[in-house]
Amino acid sequence: MAFAAFASSDAAVTKPPRRKSTIALVLLLPGILYMVLFFLTPLISLVITSFQAELPGGDIGEYVPALQWQNYVDSASEYLPHILRAFGYALVATVFALIVSYPIAYYIGVKARRWPLLQSMMLTLVIAPFFISFLLRTLAWKQILSDESPVVQALKAVAILPADGHLTGTPFAVIFGLTYNFIPFMTLPLYTTLERLDTRFLEAGSDLYANPATTFLKVTVPLSMPGIISGTLLTFIPAAGDYINASRDFLGSSKTAMLGNAIEANFLTLQNYPVAAALSIILMAVILILVGVYVRRSGTEDLL
Amino acid sequence: MKTTGTFAEAGADLEFVDISKRFPGFTAIESLNLTIPAGSFFALLGPSGCGKTTTLRLVAGLEEPSAGRILIGGKDVTNTKSFQRPVNTVFQSYALFPHMTILENVAFGLRRRKIDDPLGKAHEALRLVELDHLAARRPAQLSGGQQQRVALARAIVNRPALLLLDEPLGALDLKLRRQMQLELKSIQTEIGLTFLHVTHDQEEAMTMADIVAVMNKGEIEQMGAPEQLYELPRTAFVANFLGQSNLFTGQVTDSTADFITVDIAGRGIVVPRTRAQRHAGEVTIGVRPEKLMLHTDAPAAGAGINILGPGRVTDVSFSGVSTSYIVHIPGLGAVTVFAQNMVFGPVVNEGAEVWVSWTVDHGFGLEDEPTPGSRFPADASTNAIAIQRRAALETELEGA
Repeated sequence: MAFAAFASSDAAVTKPPRRKSTIALVLLLPGILYMVLFFLTPLISLVITSFQAELPGGDIGEYVPALQWQNYVDSASEYLPHILRAFGYALVATVFALIVSYPIAYYIGVKARRWPLLQSMMLTLVIAPFFISFLLRTLAWKQILSDESPVVQALKAVAILPADGHLTGTPFAVIFGLTYNFIPFMTLPLYTTLERLDTRFLEAGSDLYANPATTFLKVTVPLSMPGIISGTLLTFIPAAGDYINASRDFLGSSKTAMLGNAIEANFLTLQNYPVAAALSIILMAVILILVGVYVRRSGTEDLL
Repeated sequence: MKTTGTFAEAGADLEFVDISKRFPGFTAIESLNLTIPAGSFFALLGPSGCGKTTTLRLVAGLEEPSAGRILIGGKDVTNTKSFQRPVNTVFQSYALFPHMTILENVAFGLRRRKIDDPLGKAHEALRLVELDHLAARRPAQLSGGQQQRVALARAIVNRPALLLLDEPLGALDLKLRRQMQLELKSIQTEIGLTFLHVTHDQEEAMTMADIVAVMNKGEIEQMGAPEQLYELPRTAFVANFLGQSNLFTGQVTDSTADFITVDIAGRGIVVPRTRAQRHAGEVTIGVRPEKLMLHTDAPAAGAGINILGPGRVTDVSFSGVSTSYIVHIPGLGAVTVFAQNMVFGPVVNEGAEVWVSWTVDHGFGLEDEPTPGSRFPADASTNAIAIQRRAALETELEGA
């Protein structure tokens, strides 16, 4: 009898959670539908496209479903320089963005704590570039770095740049553009972790004979690792796939074309859809692997 | 610094010469002169906001004095940075590095000073606080009491000439606190370092310290051995911050070579001359509540005995070891009496008519100028004073 009583009360207890889970499901439904429609479906279509073969005797841009692994081999070998440039430029830009952003974020998040007004003003300045279109800002840089610009003239005058030198169309300009465009994505996550940094840990470091540089390396940097990780990911991932900065119409040239430019050209100009799709999948796979290894090795499990 | 790479041989004495610390809007410490002898356990006791934590931070090098000099072991360290001083701190918040294991936390200071076998020494320090089995854990996985002991190990492993303790036991429960007090004291005796302990807990200061300095409003009110401070407080602040006191104000009516007699509510109360700071005019005298005896009949007046009463018992509260009575004496106000529970139940009940008496030798005379009111509040417990002082400081801060 006692057990029966328990059983009935158990049933009564388990019912409400089930109702709750249906509510959760209903609430999740729009998100799930959205992801299926606009992420999963295109992804599947992309994978299918990447294996397509040319229609024998067909027009340009006509393909038939197939299982042509060769597409991957061909595109990877043909566009290897683009792939290397994509990850190389993105890596350098990420490092530069980190070097530029960390002091800014540290100043806003730690030093400016006593003056909240200054803090919010500086944060606004970091976000301010977002008020103007990304394309317009990059075009503006194209002007600033163009051959006729005072910047280039001045650099030539002091012989830093040779008389026939350019800035636009060089890897320098592309990396510069990438760094510039992604600095806010680096600064904001860094700021959010540094803003919560307990300065008493820094005092403890100093109390335990660590000079300011050692305290920074042994205490501040490890404690701000979550911000460093999210900032570098938010910079590296979009930078690796970027095709605006490296494009000939903006800061790049054919010699600086990145993987994004190759994908764009294959999809829109050459209409070589299988190669474009294969390149997209390669880009995605490489980013996934790199990010996976990076997050794993950075050992931030204790802080996240 | 010459301490790099080696341990301090022994504790060093600490000297404050005319130290002042002013923050924008208020002064935390005003020309403080203080010498803490090497190898002693020194407690700086005072309410919140009295400047004791600022004093500690000045020693650690986490704050710079506005004026004056700080000497550790005879060497001027006023202008050296925190990481160059042979000083370690056990922080109130412990400040254990969350991204390191317990072992690495303890070895941190040793590694910075490039001392041989940092991990071995860290293990040794952890064994001293009985936490070696948790060496591989992270601080977040430890209880408050364990973290406190790790913080202690992390500081003493460096064998600093001077160990600073910033209310390190504040977050612990009573039982653990008692245990840690004893452990700290035995560690100090064992390794012979100079300890500077900052606390607002008078009991903690009295149990652990060799010398207690009572600090108030950025100045040291009185300094000495705990018993001395307790038995012979010199100011009303000390009398009430360190335990409780019954204080009475009156005119000195007679003064001999050995005693002064003070007129309190019409009775002549005698205080030994050596135990009184002022010997003429209006003075404040006091006696500890546990020194008072309750009588249900008027006691016979005699030499060496002071008597007040009759009064009425207005409150009886039982607290285990003793019972506290509040006796209201007409013309005088409330007098607190602590009586040891030698018999079952209270000796007298509420409303009873009683007299209180004490041996003349137990009285003390204060050096304070008597306040306009004839009587100090008798119920000013440590806590009440601390709250009062804090409120006063806060209004002062707001005004600035």
